[in-house]
Amino acid sequence: MPNYRIHKTEYIDETKRVSFKYDGKTYFGYEGDTLASALLANGIHLVGRSFKYHRPRGIVSCGAEEPNAICQIGSKKDLTEPNVRATELELYEGLEASSQNCWPNVKFDIGGINNFISPLIPAGFYYKTFMWPKSFWKKVYEPLIRLSAGLGKSPTEPDPDIYDHKHVHYDVLVIGGGVSGIIAAKMAAKNNLKTLLVDDKKILGGSTIYQNNENIKIDDKLSSEWLKNEIQEIKKLSNLTIKTRTSIAAYHGYNFLLAKENLTDHLPEEKKKNKIRQRLWKIRAKKVVIATGSIERPLVFNNNDRPGILLSNSINKYLDYYGVTCGENIILFTNNDSAYETSISLHKKGIKNIIVDLRKSASSELIKQAESLGIKIYFNHVVTNTFGYRKINSLEIMKLSEDGNTTVGNKIRLSCDCLGMSGGWTPMVHMHTQSGGKLDFRDEDQVFLPKEKSEDQISVGSCNGDFDLENIIDKTVNKINKFLDIDNQDYQETNIICSKENDKRNIWLLPNKIPLGKTKCFIDFQNDSTAKDIKLALKEGFRSIEHVKRYTTTGMATDQGKLSNMHALGIIADTAGVKMGTLGTTTFRPPFTPLTFGTLVGRNVGKFFEVVRKTSMHEWHVENNAEFENVGQWKRPWYYAKNGENMHDAVQRESKAARDSAGILDASTLGKIDIQGTDASEFLNRVYTNAWSKLAIGKCRYGLMLNEDGMVYDDGVTTRISENHYLMTTTTGGAANVLSKLEDYLQTEWPELDVYLTSVTDHYSTASICGPNSKKILNKLFPNLDLSDENFPHMSFKEDKLENINCRIMRISFTGELSYEINIESKYGNSLWKMCIEAGKEFNLTPYGTETMHLLRAEKGFIIVGQDTDGTMTPSDLQMDWIVSKKKYDFIGKRSLYRSDTIREDRKQLVGLLTDDPKEILEEGAQIVSDIKSKPIDMLGHVTSSYFSPNLNKSIALAVVRSGKTMKGQKLIIPMENKNINVTVSDTIFLDKENKRLNA
Amino acid sequence: MFLINCPFCGERDQSEFSSGGEAHIVRPKQPTELSDDEWAEYLFMRKNIKGIQFERWNHVHGCRKWFNVVRDTSNDKILSVYKMGEKPPVNYK
Ligand SMILES: [Zn+2]
Repeated sequence: MPNYRIHKTEYIDETKRVSFKYDGKTYFGYEGDTLASALLANGIHLVGRSFKYHRPRGIVSCGAEEPNAICQIGSKKDLTEPNVRATELELYEGLEASSQNCWPNVKFDIGGINNFISPLIPAGFYYKTFMWPKSFWKKVYEPLIRLSAGLGKSPTEPDPDIYDHKHVHYDVLVIGGGVSGIIAAKMAAKNNLKTLLVDDKKILGGSTIYQNNENIKIDDKLSSEWLKNEIQEIKKLSNLTIKTRTSIAAYHGYNFLLAKENLTDHLPEEKKKNKIRQRLWKIRAKKVVIATGSIERPLVFNNNDRPGILLSNSINKYLDYYGVTCGENIILFTNNDSAYETSISLHKKGIKNIIVDLRKSASSELIKQAESLGIKIYFNHVVTNTFGYRKINSLEIMKLSEDGNTTVGNKIRLSCDCLGMSGGWTPMVHMHTQSGGKLDFRDEDQVFLPKEKSEDQISVGSCNGDFDLENIIDKTVNKINKFLDIDNQDYQETNIICSKENDKRNIWLLPNKIPLGKTKCFIDFQNDSTAKDIKLALKEGFRSIEHVKRYTTTGMATDQGKLSNMHALGIIADTAGVKMGTLGTTTFRPPFTPLTFGTLVGRNVGKFFEVVRKTSMHEWHVENNAEFENVGQWKRPWYYAKNGENMHDAVQRESKAARDSAGILDASTLGKIDIQGTDASEFLNRVYTNAWSKLAIGKCRYGLMLNEDGMVYDDGVTTRISENHYLMTTTTGGAANVLSKLEDYLQTEWPELDVYLTSVTDHYSTASICGPNSKKILNKLFPNLDLSDENFPHMSFKEDKLENINCRIMRISFTGELSYEINIESKYGNSLWKMCIEAGKEFNLTPYGTETMHLLRAEKGFIIVGQDTDGTMTPSDLQMDWIVSKKKYDFIGKRSLYRSDTIREDRKQLVGLLTDDPKEILEEGAQIVSDIKSKPIDMLGHVTSSYFSPNLNKSIALAVVRSGKTMKGQKLIIPMENKNINVTVSDTIFLDKENKRLNA
Repeated sequence: MFLINCPFCGERDQSEFSSGGEAHIVRPKQPTELSDDEWAEYLFMRKNIKGIQFERWNHVHGCRKWFNVVRDTSNDKILSVYKMGEKPPVNYK
């Protein structure tokens, strides 16, 4: 097996060999490697196939910008992960990775055929080709696209890993631990500012940490040595927190940032267990320093995508950080000085290399050094083609014309096994723009730079367009002193020597004798878009960068165009003949690199997904086979499946028992609001439609609450406990909103009222006993309480003790039966319930759930707000005009009750429906019509509640129907999928119209 | 995510608050005296400003107090907060 690891570095621990599998084959690397560096050490460049043409592709970079080396990790159904960048994945023992997007395998790929038919796949190909015939879409196109494309496989089973969230506050957040970030963090922390420094890599130091050129020195030391010393220094600072393997995903307003910390992704399987995998940091920082550096640009020339073609600086990092050379015969193609550093470092390690430079000539310390070392340099030359199928083996260069628009002279063929390209540097302005900052364009080296900002932040270092070390350090120190309003002198005496770049020449699309249509000049490697695609889009009339981007899919892959956006912009500008700075950029959206769903969700999975509220009787319900229904966050017994009966049977049994003898309901979930104050009565007058001033102490009253638009909002019974003290009940689901609404009115409209509201929903548990025998059961529980109709009539309230514990008892009814609600402090709720059950045994006291409750109230025609109403029903629509006071001057919603729209007579109104076949049960939500033949069919309304009533032995339903009030006795039709059901409009009250049962 | 300076509790995360729309819309004292159009103006019509906007916010997961906020909707900066019943700061219009 070839070994490209040619020298030792301090970042690779050669005593710790690590074995891993790639595409099923076992390889070895060392602790400190990334998957990419380990593959390169094994001589592997080819890591995948391109998305559209399925061309062989190799590792291009060494970081987050990597477009090609994305892989699938693991194969377990619950843990496999797609789209992981091999350049960022730290190697660990037992790692299993495979290349993506290359069925059946990376070396032989059926989709490669696309490469030969590529003239047929221009920009917008998918839009144009798969449009017609329409019938082809489902059966031909989609399966084809799905089979040949696809970016990895998602796991099919729940993620077993643990994720975490953390909220933190800092005075200063520094993003990026390169030389400028380290200086900024040190200055801030030494000035007593609580500082957080984050960096996405395993160690701090950025690209300076492996710098070894003697033309670049700080205080007479190699810049890397100087920086290591600085890192040792900052680690001692007590108010500086350093988080490595942590990347900022998003920069939101108000300096709120999200960061992802990788905790176990670099550990072998057995060490990952039971540990938090990733943590989402929610950071609030008073000030933010952005020191995110820059990314090297590729160059756009024919066949610039072969395996073995990398970014020049990445070749340097693989060499000096990982000890790995990307080839033995390397050509560096550049338009700037940075490739010379790579060249010199390669030369020093004995790797043969030559330089092809776009510039006519160049002079700087670095270039002089390269020349003195005898490194061959072709100035004013351009690479026009490359060769080699699975890896580059040679290339052609030609001389550039004076204006750089074309090539001149003869082709020169050069052999090589690796090509480094450097098209200059792109400042990483993502964080700046995400925070709302604007950009400026610098023509001199064609970069976008941070300009105006809307947050308290600053960009320093190369992300601010400062590229040489002297500039970086001097400017960072000055800017940080100003930004933090401090006077740090630490770097006053620092002596920096560095090579200064003097010459620049940028050509976005390099010239070629071959017509563009016959070339493959890739701009976006991951999405396979070429210079030709961009030009075609422009020819077809696209102008806006946002449109060209979408039409050609440039910059829309998982790498979000980190390497491609600038070239796309440049080519558009050149073609359209406009200045690049005037085009604007595409939007930089979070996340900077993809986040796992696990990180976003954190601990809120499984039983922590949502809060669950249980009543104090809950355990009893569970033990007695209750099926539960979710009402808001509450778990309410839906029905009790006795002896394995189904819901229908249970509900029939429960509702029969409640009317024949006695039933008991856990009503603890109803909202309860304690209202006190000298203006409590006046307040109720204003929030309910009916009058409250005359309600006697110890009495209860039903109330309807409207929105200001006149629509029914909530309902419930309120009890006057004493002169200035009421207890309001609300619907279970509406409790929180009602309280909020009442608070709103009290605080903002009627601050003069002396009223205090307290939610006591959780403080009291409620058992509601109904049925003809309920009085007898109450008598057993409260033998000293006078339950006679004279002393304790319907709609009244008493207090009594149950074994010395105070109970509030209301004689109110939602079923139409004689009924009592017993309220007790919640901690005694379960005991109360059990005592009721015990006392009720001889009367067949039957626990019933929400379904039976709904049935019983429907028999009586009582509405349920939210089921029979939907925010468009007035009291009159519900045939409840009786509850709207005519005398009161004002209440919430009163004025709206006689707007022209609310007094329309053809509004939808609540009615009862009886099916002609009494056994036929209607579906809730079913549409109601009168004429089945008209087209389109005139929809009159819909069914809101529907049950089979065992007490009436027939089907009953409530519905809202246009002009329903006037339709009693009329025949209507409910069209269903396979039949039409005939119904007759009836009264909404089906049982006991005279309310005799209330006093049974 | 805003940081909102509740006049009663101090600076808190936006997730503790709920927004209550435009501020300084006073409920008419005598709704029954109003025409349909006048009532509709109160009930439905709201400004939607790019720039300085006066809004109601409720510290719903905190002290539950309502208060007013001056916010520039073009950049989401909160310029001022003040209690219910207090006059809006004069330097904003
Ligand atoms: Zn507060």
